[in-house]
Amino acid sequence: MAKIRRNDKREMPALNTSSLPDIIFMLLFFFMSVTSMKEVSLKVQFTNPQATELTKLEKKSLVRYIYVGTPTSEFRKQYGAESRIQLDDAFADKREIGDYIINERSAMKEQDQGLMTVSIKADKETRMGIIADIKQELRRAYALKISYAATQRTSY
Amino acid sequence: MADISFLLLIFFLVTTSMDVNQGLARRLPAPIPPDQKVEDTDINKRNLMVVKINSMNQLMVQGQLMDVKQLREEAKKFIKNENDDTWYPKLFEEDFGAPFGVLKYTKEHVISVQNDVDTQYQAYLNVQNELVAAYNELRDECARKYFHTAYNDLDEDTQKRIQKIYPQKISEAEPKNYGGN
Repeated sequence: MAKIRRNDKREMPALNTSSLPDIIFMLLFFFMSVTSMKEVSLKVQFTNPQATELTKLEKKSLVRYIYVGTPTSEFRKQYGAESRIQLDDAFADKREIGDYIINERSAMKEQDQGLMTVSIKADKETRMGIIADIKQELRRAYALKISYAATQRTSY
Repeated sequence: MADISFLLLIFFLVTTSMDVNQGLARRLPAPIPPDQKVEDTDINKRNLMVVKINSMNQLMVQGQLMDVKQLREEAKKFIKNENDDTWYPKLFEEDFGAPFGVLKYTKEHVISVQNDVDTQYQAYLNVQNELVAAYNELRDECARKYFHTAYNDLDEDTQKRIQKIYPQKISEAEPKNYGGN
């Protein structure tokens, strides 16, 4: 005669982890695709100004950045607290901008050279004197497409 | 397997920065060749709108103190000159082809932005932003009137034709010291 066995102490089955790698891989690919490596290590600190009429910078390979802001705390002793310009990984003088732009442009493909955009990432507290100097240097180097990096303003 | 992918996952998690690069796109004027003399181009006074920002970030438009929030409307009035006022830019008639037909527009208007060396970057950008916004709004109004869609949804050729009606003319002088410390 069949006997229905009833275990009073039923054990909970172990969690099935066979799909765990799939989930992790999915997450991995998500983060891989959205990641953009930091281009440079910033030596200046800045908060972007705000604006409303923003356009996205399309091709990252065609964009070069000029950072303007006060040196971060570890460089403050050496460079003071005045606004400074950073090109690539180093502090730069405004006179170096022209050479930098020309070098970067000649490294690009010929058909892309006219499409180069310079993004000015400056702190919102910066005085316009330094920005105007940068603009004059860019004009002289024929880098006429510029973009003032800013964040979207939500309200006044 | 899962361990390795966990490791990679954590690596990408840490290095991820999801910042979007956006900004106010502008175009600088071409440099003046050194052998060319700087000519003072004579612009009729009515065609010129002077926007000055001083070192205290105060705004002066056509000789009057103004808040930056009013600048957009003022610029739109100036660019359009709907009532053919004599203190706004001169209107020109031109045939823009279908569907625009013959339109009056202020062909020679110039908005001149002058800032001080000590002007704050944010204040300067606010002014630039409002002026660009004025043009964008005018173009959008035009697109809605003739094509019943937003300006941004039009194809590039049509956008260029609208740009001809509202050409963006923002001139920037070299910064000078206008009083104040």
